[in-house]
Amino acid sequence: MKRRILQLCATVAGVAVGLVAATTANAASTLETVKARGKLICGVSMSTPGFATADAKGHMQGFDVDVCRAVASAVFGDPEKVDFVLTNINTRFQALQSGEIDMLSRQTTHTFSREVSLGLDFGPTVFYDGQGLMVPKSLGVNSAKELTDAAICTLPGTTTAQNLSDFFRSIGGKFELVVFENPDENRNAFFSGRCEAISSDRSDLASIRAVANNPDDYVVLPETISKEPLAPSVRQNDSNWRDIVSWSVWMLMAAEERGITQANVDEMAKSEDPEIQRMLGVSEELGKMLNLDNKWGYNIIKGVGNYGEVFERNLGTKTALGLTRGPNTRWSEGGLLYAPPFR
Amino acid sequence: MTQIDTLIADTTLTSRQAPPAPNGRWLGAYFGTPGNALITILCLGTIFTLAKLAIGWLFVDATFSGTPAECKATSGACWPFLSAKMRYIFFGFYPFEEQWRPLAAMLLFLGACLVSMVPKVWGRGLLIAWVAIILPTLYVLMAGGYFGLSVVPTTQWGGLPLSFMLSFIGLACALPLGIALALARASNLPAIRVLGVGFIEIVRGVPLISILFMATVMLPLFMPDGITIDKLIRAQVAIILFAAAYIAEIVRGGLQAVPKGQVEAGHSLGLHYWQIMRKIVLPQALKKVIPPLVSLFIGFFQDTTLVTIVGLLDFLDTVRTAMRDPQWQGIAVLEGYVFAAVVYFVFSALMGAYSRFLEQYFRTTHD
Repeated sequence: MKRRILQLCATVAGVAVGLVAATTANAASTLETVKARGKLICGVSMSTPGFATADAKGHMQGFDVDVCRAVASAVFGDPEKVDFVLTNINTRFQALQSGEIDMLSRQTTHTFSREVSLGLDFGPTVFYDGQGLMVPKSLGVNSAKELTDAAICTLPGTTTAQNLSDFFRSIGGKFELVVFENPDENRNAFFSGRCEAISSDRSDLASIRAVANNPDDYVVLPETISKEPLAPSVRQNDSNWRDIVSWSVWMLMAAEERGITQANVDEMAKSEDPEIQRMLGVSEELGKMLNLDNKWGYNIIKGVGNYGEVFERNLGTKTALGLTRGPNTRWSEGGLLYAPPFR
Repeated sequence: MTQIDTLIADTTLTSRQAPPAPNGRWLGAYFGTPGNALITILCLGTIFTLAKLAIGWLFVDATFSGTPAECKATSGACWPFLSAKMRYIFFGFYPFEEQWRPLAAMLLFLGACLVSMVPKVWGRGLLIAWVAIILPTLYVLMAGGYFGLSVVPTTQWGGLPLSFMLSFIGLACALPLGIALALARASNLPAIRVLGVGFIEIVRGVPLISILFMATVMLPLFMPDGITIDKLIRAQVAIILFAAAYIAEIVRGGLQAVPKGQVEAGHSLGLHYWQIMRKIVLPQALKKVIPPLVSLFIGFFQDTTLVTIVGLLDFLDTVRTAMRDPQWQGIAVLEGYVFAAVVYFVFSALMGAYSRFLEQYFRTTHD
């Protein structure tokens, strides 16, 4: 009930935000504000390991965090010039709209209604996720379609339950929803057999599976029942700032395509390849066109590495989460990452 | 004057009965009848089982040092999680090298509170010391900007200092406001009474979460461009206003418990309203409401954990987010909560003990 009220509040606030945002012209550009402040302020969540967590020293790390650091590197040439503000499902868009944060990098799904009615603009998708289902192997189920009358554990999400009911209606099946407020309770309920299946974004399922006593006892079913393109977002009507965020993300992807890494970026700056020269600010003035230092691309890669490095460092197979790249690999290898050309 | 003999009651005494025979101080009380014995054995059994489980998890099977992997191998508590995350749990995002500052601020604050608890030091001097010395020092320590201390914006504050600030400073500010509201509500002037009743009823009629939500999310949208009020201050003000309404009602209860004769006596001495209130009514009223007031304070100390809903990183939230570190995720689940419970319990129990002390201290013979 409390959550219902909160969501109602959030929706009302969201619409109000949209209205206010639509009627007020931006006083100062976000880039000017950020530069004057000397720091980027980035909204993140701390609900999912691998995307944004604090280490023992309180230093933020994670995939979403590195997207913020990439933008900070582009603006200031220093990935540390960013302050993080915690946002949750209820406050994330309002925090952006009220100017409390400069950008939101928080596992937020890019959807029509959010972009159109909430007064914000999304950048490129940084992580292609989708809702999936995980079951114990002992259940002997190979497809979500074989789940009949199953109890399914989930977190109270805005769309998680709806996706499930859409999916089961489409296959004419039934299911019982078991909702937990807390991720730990949700996970333990599944492990203890309270539910036959657990449903969440596939990246999240992987991290749940990783902490099981014996991960091999569990299997993620092949069906992906929703599209969850996670993307950073900025306030509407500030094209320059949106360009900076978008092209910083594409810079990460393009750097991986071109084989530019944190380690070899100095060497690559001497490359004869015209696109690499443009990206790293050796030739032409792409950075100046964004009102940034011409070495912005060099700074991003020097600061956080390319997309592949960011992924492997925070989510990849060598981390506790152990995610494979899946669709989050470059287009030339059959993935969905496709950065527009730098020219 | 003539003497009138009136028989008020039967003056003959009924024979005294001996008190019931003590059936053994301990053994008899717990095992006197078969029913008592059964209940005692059941309770002892339950206590023993629970204690065994708790001690096993807390100490016997626990890991006291080592890596996350070693923790995962044992069934007991994983205490290395706490030591690895301790500074984050206490201070959140506060810059690591500067964390001596919130530590110093917290110690100064607790020390000053301890000193202020002694009735002998109460007085105008103490109030001036707090406003002129202690609070500015705390602020400079936390925020920096003077004496070569680097500036740390409030978005970086977190953990226990933040919880202390929101709850204790909030309550300290809410108390005078609450007393004023209680006086307003009890006032004879209709306009003031209506204002007091209106404020109290409106604030009490809304959950704390929605007030926090309004203060942190909606308020900035109605501000003119370029004017922003710090999020922490907004949450702090919301808590002060909310607490004040509840304090006002408790204090009003105390005001009503003071006999009307006290006020009339004041009037007949020629005292004006404020003198009567300050010297006669309020001291008696506040003394009577110490237990509910402290109980409210304890409740508010714990309610400040709600600020997590507006994205402030309070103590409970640093505990919670610490557990999401990929290294420790799924390994240390209960440990953090147990630690948080201990910290909250210690401070709540201290407040409770102090409340009992105050009641003793103010217990006057004519009560």
